Amino acid sequence: MSLKGAAAVVGVAELAPQRYTGDATILDLLSGVAVEAMADAGFYRSQVDGLIVHPIGGLPGFVPATVAEHLGLQPTFAEIVDLGGATGAGMIWRAAAAIQAGMCTTCLCLTGTRRRKRTPRGNNTNADTSRRPRSFSPSRDRSPQAEFDAPYGMLGANVGYAMIANRYAHEYGLKDTQRAKVAVDQRKNANANPAAIFHDQTLTIDQVLSSEVICEPLHMLEIVMPAAGAAALLVTAADRVADAKQPPAWILGAGESVTHSSFAQAPGLDATGIGIAARSAFSQAGVRPSDIGLASLYDCYTVMVLLTLEEAGFCARGEAGAFVEAHDLTFGGDFPLNTHGGQLSFGQPGMAGGMSHVTEAVRQIQGRCGARQIPGLELAYAHGNGGIIAEQTGLVFGAAR
Amino acid sequence: MSARLIPPSSELTQPYWRAARADELAVQFCQHCDQHSFPPRAHCPQCGSAELEWRTVSGRGSVYTFTIAYRPPHPVFSEHCPMVIAVIELEEGPRMISNIVGCDPATVEIGMAVQVAFEEIEDSKVTLPVFTPVKTS
Ligand SMILES: [Zn+2]
Repeated sequence: MSLKGAAAVVGVAELAPQRYTGDATILDLLSGVAVEAMADAGFYRSQVDGLIVHPIGGLPGFVPATVAEHLGLQPTFAEIVDLGGATGAGMIWRAAAAIQAGMCTTCLCLTGTRRRKRTPRGNNTNADTSRRPRSFSPSRDRSPQAEFDAPYGMLGANVGYAMIANRYAHEYGLKDTQRAKVAVDQRKNANANPAAIFHDQTLTIDQVLSSEVICEPLHMLEIVMPAAGAAALLVTAADRVADAKQPPAWILGAGESVTHSSFAQAPGLDATGIGIAARSAFSQAGVRPSDIGLASLYDCYTVMVLLTLEEAGFCARGEAGAFVEAHDLTFGGDFPLNTHGGQLSFGQPGMAGGMSHVTEAVRQIQGRCGARQIPGLELAYAHGNGGIIAEQTGLVFGAAR
Repeated sequence: MSARLIPPSSELTQPYWRAARADELAVQFCQHCDQHSFPPRAHCPQCGSAELEWRTVSGRGSVYTFTIAYRPPHPVFSEHCPMVIAVIELEEGPRMISNIVGCDPATVEIGMAVQVAFEEIEDSKVTLPVFTPVKTS
């Protein structure tokens, strides 16, 4: 049994990433994109009977019910997904699965975050350390990572992805310029996407490599920038697709993998969950990586794109560096990658950052990407990645069922 | 003595921290499937057995991977930077996060042999296992 052709994405809405939000609450940000996604598809609120959300800071629990009430929905399927950067992609196949199982017919998938002005980008060296907690509150965080990783400075994601970059370079060889090429080509894509946070700024390999080294070997401009924003996608059953105003982006295959939580317990770089999720997605869809016309790959860091390219099978193991050098990764190139700019240039509005790879794949399949549209696109692959390569979700979208 | 985040321990993990206090590195060993494991658990992650005992290990290992953090990952680490944060693979098998201290960060390499050392966390009664390069001469 597979999800192939059971459901399609028919409505999309995005609140473009911004550095900071105003006074709107997270519930109002989410309801804004929810209403817009329903309107985009031409669906009425009464036709929406499924809801998927993610954990929301400040809401201790009961998140689906809180969001549903705020939206005026009474879903027959309500779910929370907690897979870090894979959350958005994880929502989409769960929506299709719930539809296939008869639990709902049309499901809203919501992601987003607010962000108020506080600390500058990166880690704040000048912060007043005396006011920061030195230990974790036992009632709040008794995780093994709080106990065995955090005391060593293993916090946030920069450290872990820098470790991945170094291990990858040790095993296969990787040049700084190869990582930088990913950021530069993606920036060219962002220059054609008015919603991207770095839409108006160009980027060169020299600029990437002369930016500050945050965690060796990763430079500031290889690291995603946190932003505020939101995204909503509407997934509906195959027999409802004809009701939609927009063309469908069919969900043809999905795969998922969770391999660890602490990076110390991660499998080797030749056996990641990235490959497990991708192989499952391609197998369900009955297609190969070489059939894909758009790779929309999670890019919290440049190195993550390289690792995903080879683990998902777009190039041979150890050859991702040479692959990105040999290909034009822009929307007009021979291997279009992250045509919205990727999160590196689009911005990372919390879980809506991961969802942006899905949104772009859907819009490209629907043929709605304007200046950056890939002509005649038939198949797209979207990949979500959470934690330090801990949670993976892969999705294959098609223009035809 | 150095400033760090203080690990929140539990009854189950106390033997680890007591061993560290005595300058020893201890991890769990499963009497059922004969494997060492880390971090501490009530049940063996390989076979599910609850017959886990604490064993002092050699403290020898190698660098699986690492990075040099130039900016402190948390303000408490300001005085440590640039600091080497690493995944250490113990001779007995388990991998753990640690720091490599007592050397120039630029000399650290993947695969390098390291040996456990112990560092007391400032304002605490906690000793933290860290690693130093094994002297080859
Ligand atoms: Zn066992």
